[in-house]
Amino acid sequence: MSQTAKSVFTSSEAAAPLSVSGLSVAYQKKPVLRNVSFQVKEGELIGIIGPNGAGKSTMMKAALGLIPAISGEVLVYGKPYKEQRKLIGYVPQRESVDWDFPTNALDVVLMGTYGRLGWFGRPKAKDKAHALECLEKVGMAEFADRQISQLSGGQQQRVFLARALAQNAKLYFMDEPFAGVDAATEKAIITLLQELKKQGKTVIVVHHDLATVEQYFDSVLLLNVELQAFGPTAETFTQEKLQRTYGGRLAFLDQSRGDRS
Amino acid sequence: MKNFMEMMADPNMQWIFFGCMLLGLSSGVIGSFSYLRKQSLVGDTLAHAALPGICIAFMLTGIKSIGVFLIGAGIAGVIATFGIGYITRHSRLKQDAALGIVLSTFFGLGIVLLTFIQHGAYGNQAGLDKFLFGQAAAMVGSDVVTMSIISVSLVTICTLLFKQFKLISFDPGFAKGIGYPVAFLEQLLMLLIVVAVVVGIQAVGVVLIAALLITPAVSARYWTNRLGIMVALSGLFGALSGALGTWISSSVSNLPTGPVTVLAATAFFLLSILFGPQRGLIAKRLLRLRVKKRYMMEGELRAERMKGETAL
Repeated sequence: MSQTAKSVFTSSEAAAPLSVSGLSVAYQKKPVLRNVSFQVKEGELIGIIGPNGAGKSTMMKAALGLIPAISGEVLVYGKPYKEQRKLIGYVPQRESVDWDFPTNALDVVLMGTYGRLGWFGRPKAKDKAHALECLEKVGMAEFADRQISQLSGGQQQRVFLARALAQNAKLYFMDEPFAGVDAATEKAIITLLQELKKQGKTVIVVHHDLATVEQYFDSVLLLNVELQAFGPTAETFTQEKLQRTYGGRLAFLDQSRGDRS
Repeated sequence: MKNFMEMMADPNMQWIFFGCMLLGLSSGVIGSFSYLRKQSLVGDTLAHAALPGICIAFMLTGIKSIGVFLIGAGIAGVIATFGIGYITRHSRLKQDAALGIVLSTFFGLGIVLLTFIQHGAYGNQAGLDKFLFGQAAAMVGSDVVTMSIISVSLVTICTLLFKQFKLISFDPGFAKGIGYPVAFLEQLLMLLIVVAVVVGIQAVGVVLIAALLITPAVSARYWTNRLGIMVALSGLFGALSGALGTWISSSVSNLPTGPVTVLAATAFFLLSILFGPQRGLIAKRLLRLRVKKRYMMEGELRAERMKGETAL
């Protein structure tokens, strides 16, 4: 990423929670993400939608600096993400870790406070109280002492969300938080998203379930290697744009949506 | 069997006893992290890679000392680590294959060098092979002092960086996200494994040292669901294995300390896999029986109730 090059953003644009410009990622020879540029508004819930292999998670990871980009610039509140780490909260895919790790739910949530603790600092009583509060917010306070492998998939997802809350961030990235969760968890997540929005935080969510997009998100970003469309849900989440994103593979889409485009 | 007090009366045995305990402790502690990172075999590879490193260090200096060997083994370990990393990144091979290639290459090279040394004009070479394949009885006071300093530093680093090591073991992506230098921490863990290996070589040898990195950690996992306790227990199991190994081998004539230490660690593992609460085989069996019994009883009650209802 070109940190040394002069920023391509003007100052007014730079203050946005997230500005992505010309972001490209390639794993082997083939780019998995090509020249993606967009800018999100503060206090919005943004859904990233696209078919499998469209580069949704890749884009999120590249924006977070977890994988190298071959070109492009990512600014968080006007500065490179490296300087803004404390403003960013991250919920990775649940399958990305081994849940048999010897630790309990509260301990995982405490990891969200590590960023503030410094190199040798240990979590103190107030950090633990804060972590417990975060667990409470996702309805998991009673499971604080539970070994994490003994939690259901949905409960594990909520622990990950609580950990992100403990980061006290302003901009959240969530990689498929709704994947394979039960109804109670789905409801807990959506309540939480609404609360984050109320607090003026910005949340970017990789999402799979097209049926709930209009209900959950203020804006959607349609992605299939390249950016297909980005904007307010009502204008962007249309039959025509979806068909383009999914390459005409969406014949089964809800008929009622057809008259909206 | 000689009794414990008798053994401890011999000052030389005291050194060996403490040396083996420290070795077990430090490899148990560091081994916990490599086990949780699913890199148990990395320790084995680094141990085998240490062999040519030590041979070259000896050829260059002509000295047999832990300090010199540590440098040689450390450099060889770093090269081996990069080798593994390079192969997994630039080929379609998975890590197990890469480990196998690097392990056998380094070990082969080490054996070649060792033979070369033994047939060459190296005056002081006597006993180098015993050193490399483990001979605790050859340890002297100064070795144990070096081992103590190294072990204490190793355990201190693991205590200070416990939070970091925990997070990169559980969720490296998240660790990177909050700005931890994950690559640096991973290299540091690798380096600590090399250190533990070199400390252990004299007592158990390059081939068996991997057992002390893996077995105590696996055993400890059976007893607890908390990482801190697991690391401490693993260190304890390692230290006890070292102590038992020294004691048993000193009481029965002609038993080698290193292999007995490894067997002691295996005994702890067997106890753990059987008697560990929740995860142990017996605990699991009992739980299954309990659940089955309760289900059967409920079934009987249901059947009786049904019978009662139809009778009405």
